[in-house]
Amino acid sequence: MSDTRNVIIIGSGPAGLTAAIYAARANLKPLLLEGEPMGAGDQPGGQLMNTTEIENFPGAIGLQGPELMAKIREQAVTFGANIASQRVTKVDFSVRPFGVWVGDQEYRAETIIVATGAKPLMLGLDDEWRLMGRGVSTCATCDGFFFRGKDIAVVGGGDAAMEEAIFLTNFAKSVTVIHRRDKLRASQVMADRALANDKIKFHWSAEVAAINGDRMLESVTLKDTVTGDKSRLAVNGLFIAIGHKPSSELFEGQLELDSKGYIVTKGVATSVPGVYACGDVQDAVYRQAITSAGTGCMAALDAQHFLEEHAPAPAKAKTPATAAV
Amino acid sequence: MIKTIDKTTFDGTVLKSDKPVLVDLWAEWCQPCRAMEPTIEAVAKEFEGKVTVAKLNVDENPELAQQLDVMSIPTMMLFKNGQPVNRLVGLSTKERLTGAISAALA
Repeated sequence: MSDTRNVIIIGSGPAGLTAAIYAARANLKPLLLEGEPMGAGDQPGGQLMNTTEIENFPGAIGLQGPELMAKIREQAVTFGANIASQRVTKVDFSVRPFGVWVGDQEYRAETIIVATGAKPLMLGLDDEWRLMGRGVSTCATCDGFFFRGKDIAVVGGGDAAMEEAIFLTNFAKSVTVIHRRDKLRASQVMADRALANDKIKFHWSAEVAAINGDRMLESVTLKDTVTGDKSRLAVNGLFIAIGHKPSSELFEGQLELDSKGYIVTKGVATSVPGVYACGDVQDAVYRQAITSAGTGCMAALDAQHFLEEHAPAPAKAKTPATAAV
Repeated sequence: MIKTIDKTTFDGTVLKSDKPVLVDLWAEWCQPCRAMEPTIEAVAKEFEGKVTVAKLNVDENPELAQQLDVMSIPTMMLFKNGQPVNRLVGLSTKERLTGAISAALA
């Protein structure tokens, strides 16, 4: 068994890294397990790694998503956070110190901060995986380049879908936004920008019923959500941006989850005292980088209070942090 | 060691290789591709001498990417005896890559 740590943070988006900054400045010597790239859109740094320009994170205007994440990560490391590029495979929150495993490697900590975020939802059609990388994509910034002069579609009606559609007009001949409702869910500024773009067409009240193509994507079958009528739209590319689901599988049976898989929190406290959750894994409402960072801060402060009350931390360093607040 | 290949060296390094070849298709502006770099380096080290690991910049070699039917990056293609035997689209863990390579070596 390894040494017991004050706090282990699982996840490395804005929530996890902000928690790491606060915990490090409180001299808790946090270990942050940042994960490992896996699957569509699941990577250290979180969702901002696939975005372009940041416009709504105070002070970060003009930065690209990955640049902001690199800066926040660097800030955490500067204050002494220990970051390991490992993906947690198992947890045991039934006894304290809590157990966290990466394969056979075991870690123990008095408190845990869960910040595993959310990952992109897929359409749930078999052919989306068969044609993934052959016209179907979940990352406009990665793959827009391949669709120069082509006709493409974006599925979704939120901010992420609008951002992708607008970005893709830099390459594509046309971009059709396919949305289930007759009105966008995106923020006004993003919706206005997309609606005003000549290259973007909207196919309202439709969902993707099938993805067609032998070797490469050729078309999608659309089903009208009101009449049920089916139609075919010829496209070379299909970008899926229909939202996210919380990455909480690891915590099933360990923490209370709601019906959609979000970790149930009061403030940032989970159903297990000493285990805190922050960011998108517990937030079905706001899901912003800034709210994630805010709840990450809350989780670190609460973990610090918990440690002061429950474990008079022998591992705590002798010299307190001297940096100004 | 990771070899940088392009359309002029692809045939010699990949198709005519007597060892399996893992080709990492990437571009500068692809953040997930950058995120994969440490994983690729670790894999190259682990299979040194048994498998050739090569990087192909799709931005500089778009025709070749098109010939390979690649329209999304990161994509890892595994070649054996000049034939593509596996293709992993999107982010891959080291475990997933080493599994695919071990299968090609078997």
